[in-house]
Amino acid sequence: MTFGSVLLLMFSAILVENFIFSKFYGCCPFLGVSEHPDTALGMGMAVTFVMTVSGAATWAVYHFFLAPLHLEYLKTVAFILVIAALVQFIEMFLHRFVPALYSALGIYLPLITTNCAVLSSALLIVQKEYNFVEAVCFGFSAALGFTLAIVIFAGLRSRMTMADPPRAFKGFPLTLIAAGLLAMAFSCFSGVQF
Amino acid sequence: MNKILKQFKEGLLDNNPTLVQLLGMCPTLATTTSVKNAFGMGLATTAVLICSNLFISLLRKFIPKQVRIAAYIVVISGFVTAVELLMRAYFYDLYKSLGLFIPLIVVNCIILARAEAFASKNKPLPSVIDGLSMGLGFTLALALLGAIRELLGSGKLFGYQILPDAYEPITFFILPAGAFLTLGFLIALVQKIRNSVEDKKRLQEIQENRAAAEHEKKEEEMV
Repeated sequence: MTFGSVLLLMFSAILVENFIFSKFYGCCPFLGVSEHPDTALGMGMAVTFVMTVSGAATWAVYHFFLAPLHLEYLKTVAFILVIAALVQFIEMFLHRFVPALYSALGIYLPLITTNCAVLSSALLIVQKEYNFVEAVCFGFSAALGFTLAIVIFAGLRSRMTMADPPRAFKGFPLTLIAAGLLAMAFSCFSGVQF
Repeated sequence: MNKILKQFKEGLLDNNPTLVQLLGMCPTLATTTSVKNAFGMGLATTAVLICSNLFISLLRKFIPKQVRIAAYIVVISGFVTAVELLMRAYFYDLYKSLGLFIPLIVVNCIILARAEAFASKNKPLPSVIDGLSMGLGFTLALALLGAIRELLGSGKLFGYQILPDAYEPITFFILPAGAFLTLGFLIALVQKIRNSVEDKKRLQEIQENRAAAEHEKKEEEMV
């Protein structure tokens, strides 16, 4: 493993295999919490933090606990518990030591437990047999890709509030169609190969 | 009996988890590249939903309120693991093509939403029926979306050629961007139908009110 290969892994996780536009991991918060760029950025930051730490934690749980005991089939249960505990712990930590960030993230913090991007990155790390450094870099960069997508999309949506669509398209359908157009733009990256 | 029918109508049409409540978007968008995948995903989710609803309903008096979400997640992830192992043993092709989305049923908001909103407050039998009807509603929506995407994207249904060879498949519909667009138009159609039903109801109400008012006026004049 060289520095270059890690860089390539990060680049492809951010753009080529963007979690939202090519894999559909984390669509619920993407469609739900993207009305204002500020809240979208807050959500993105919280997810980045949790996904980086959970990438490391689940890697350790899998390689030091599940694999030696041949309990690999319990990884879904174990990972979701680790993630839930981690989110709870981070919430308490931020509440105690960084209250400014805690109040800025607000309700998005507990919601991260049910964000499928976090669980799927943990499962992908196991599936692709990454080592510890790769696991942390993958979690971090996949979350960066998520943040990039949600912030761009929030910018688009804040413009769309001015529009006057037909009644049937108001609300969710228009949001989905805008997401489709943005996904088309992102699909250009899928041709990039190394 | 009537109550059961009403619950089914609720899950399949009036309160369809995907098309009306807009829950569980990740599997909806990701696994609908073909009808077969969509059906597989829908039925797997239905199985987990029925089991978790039953179990949570049975345990509803024992789970402390403060840790209920964590308890639900443990119950759900246990059943998801069971479904995953069963699918690997008996439907290996489907298991391969659905990939990570089978373990991701754990974080499907529909299941947690039904646990919190229905199973934790109702008896086991209604909870099982609720799980079945909501699961079938989810399956229906997924199959519809999968059929549209597979037909337009490859000219096939369930893997069989349907459209004539002269039809040039629009690959766009199988790509991620096509998923967003197709679902957007599908939900717009649902909203259109709901709007027109609502308008009709409102029109009827206005007419009834007007008739009642006129009736009153006449009575007053008579007096």
